[in-house]
Amino acid sequence: MRWNLLRSSPKTTIERAIGATALVLAAIAPLVFNGYWAHEILVETFLFGIAAASLIFLSAYGGMVSLAQTALFGIAGVILGNLVTRGGPGGTSKGLHLGWDPTLALVIAIVLTTAIGLIFGAIAARSVGIYFLMITLTYSVITTYFLGQVTVVSGFSGIGGINQYTPGWIGDVIGHPNRLYYASLVAAVFTYVVIRYVIRTPFGIALQGVRDEPVRMSSLGYNVPLHRTLAFGFAAFLASLGGILYVWWSGQIAPGNVDLPETINLLVMAVIGGLARIEGAWLGAFAFIIIQNYVRDFNFPLIGFGGTLFGGSFNTVIGVIFLLIVLVSPGGLMGIWDRAFAARLRVGRRGPRAEAPASTSG
Amino acid sequence: VTGFRLPRLNRRHIPLLAVGAVVVFAFAYVLFIAQKPPEAGGGSWRTTTFGSAVDDPASFMRIFLDSITFAGALFIVASGFALIFGLMRVVNMAHGAFYLLGGYIAYEIQQAMAGQGFAIPTSSVNTWEWVAPLLVAAPCIAVVGLVTQQGFLRWNQGQELRQALITIAISVIIADQIIAHFPRATSTVAQKFGGSAVSLTWPGWTDRFVNLHIVGVQYSLARFVMLGLGIAVGLALWLWLYRTKMGMVIRAGVDDQKMTSALGINIQRTFAIAFAVGSALAAFGAVVWASQANIASGQDGQWLLNSLVVVIVGGMGSIFGAAAGAILYAFVLNFSATYLPTTGPDCCTQYSIVFTFALIALVLAFRPQGLFGRPA
Repeated sequence: MRWNLLRSSPKTTIERAIGATALVLAAIAPLVFNGYWAHEILVETFLFGIAAASLIFLSAYGGMVSLAQTALFGIAGVILGNLVTRGGPGGTSKGLHLGWDPTLALVIAIVLTTAIGLIFGAIAARSVGIYFLMITLTYSVITTYFLGQVTVVSGFSGIGGINQYTPGWIGDVIGHPNRLYYASLVAAVFTYVVIRYVIRTPFGIALQGVRDEPVRMSSLGYNVPLHRTLAFGFAAFLASLGGILYVWWSGQIAPGNVDLPETINLLVMAVIGGLARIEGAWLGAFAFIIIQNYVRDFNFPLIGFGGTLFGGSFNTVIGVIFLLIVLVSPGGLMGIWDRAFAARLRVGRRGPRAEAPASTSG
Repeated sequence: VTGFRLPRLNRRHIPLLAVGAVVVFAFAYVLFIAQKPPEAGGGSWRTTTFGSAVDDPASFMRIFLDSITFAGALFIVASGFALIFGLMRVVNMAHGAFYLLGGYIAYEIQQAMAGQGFAIPTSSVNTWEWVAPLLVAAPCIAVVGLVTQQGFLRWNQGQELRQALITIAISVIIADQIIAHFPRATSTVAQKFGGSAVSLTWPGWTDRFVNLHIVGVQYSLARFVMLGLGIAVGLALWLWLYRTKMGMVIRAGVDDQKMTSALGINIQRTFAIAFAVGSALAAFGAVVWASQANIASGQDGQWLLNSLVVVIVGGMGSIFGAAAGAILYAFVLNFSATYLPTTGPDCCTQYSIVFTFALIALVLAFRPQGLFGRPA
């Protein structure tokens, strides 16, 4: 790590305190907050935060901004939906209806999504920066059209009723949502911890070297495309966790969940939180979901809100906030925090030997 | 004297040979192997909608023409994207939104001129009533592009990722505002606003079929006009970029921005013009394709994908690359949608989107810079 681990700085101490408080609050949230807050807003925050964290991981430590994370998130959901659901008498829901054991299906969905992520990564691995962004965007759009067109696995209306086929340790998500809540919380914490672990392994260090100096790393004998591919596969694994929790939570998955607006939404979460720090994923997801839930009802005169059809769209608001964040603070909310603290240190302490911001540019 | 000798095959040639075999098989499938579905239904892996090119040359010809004319429209839109990307390294993620906005503006103008409500019969549109919407929409989008570039992108030059994020934000805003404000001129309340699907109308004289005298194919004149417009745009861009002083400056800017401006050339002015032209081409393409098909909210993503695929396949930021990419992509799109086996209701033409992915994967695997791109 960049900070001195033995003598942690005041900033680190404060951050740890905030993190611990947030964790405690999250742990007791179902007891304290009402059902809507705990089981809708917070669960959504956790699971989209996991997907956003996979995006931020690639961006912060691999130097790759991927727009395919939403697609991988959806692919995991679709695979799970195909494996676990059974064709009911109504027959409304599409899919293969394999009716497998949910826990086995969960494992297979994760493995398959990771494999697809490795293939995606291998194709894009020799491209960097803006090219990588473009290629992953085509993955995302192609996934949407694939799911929409191929009626065998999904079709336009997607798969529904997946939440009836959760494993025993999740149980009935409508009647007893607390188990899913804690599963999401554990998955989110796991995601955070495993990313923090991976970036300290030799692989993680080499990945950061690849991010900064691909040519030098290559001449030192590191296989640069392989590192990028493996990082992409790891991020796909993380995104699949989010996708699986999502289909348990919402019960359905459709091409509309992975289309361009949704892809951009995930990017907006990551950018609002900050593309340079993993913590930003959940911060950004939380901010986004709050906006999504509470800004809908506003109506400004003159500028439209796309409201004529869908009862109030918040996309213009999201677009403006996104634009402001990108223009004012490319590091997102975490970047503002880092800069505010750096400024405070400079004022409060002796001269410019203040701590360098921990963030790195994406 | 040793003559030409084939290079000795080794392990590294295996992927290339495999890909070559697959491509040869695809050609052979379309030309000879495919069969018409039997009367009784069902079929085998050889069953396609029309049968092979040898059996059914008229259908083959029609799909060939569909592809090449679609490539015309595709090229118009994607060349704008390629122009902006080639010169400024800006990935204009708002290109699809510009496309959509241009199409809706043109629709409103045509409705105001020909004024028939939702669908105008082709016979009541004259050439001017098609050209005028284009002449309004393209400059409008040029201005939108110019404002985007001057207001947001210019002072972030060199920060490619940030510029891409900015254009994504702008595309979100534009796409949402389109839903709020367009289409205005539809006759029924149900179709008003919400970005519902509308289409422009080709001028009346294009509404006939041309007899090609090749295997008896009659083909729509409007689609030939589309191809002609694509070729015209390509020629105009070529003349502009390779035969004028300004084009020379632009190409110099592509090669070396700093050196160009050090020579006393106002590169910022060139950037502004190129961005405006590139955006206007999105609107141009929208007018052309909306006359053939339609435009609707949500198609911005589709056309962004189209532009991206063309540019990724053809080579980043080259006009020739855009032309090659457009043709290749159009052919893959149309032929995979027609010549995949159709043994039952669920098989298999729906998998055609996979071929778009395969095209990108293949090109990137062997030429990461695209077919006509230069290594960065």
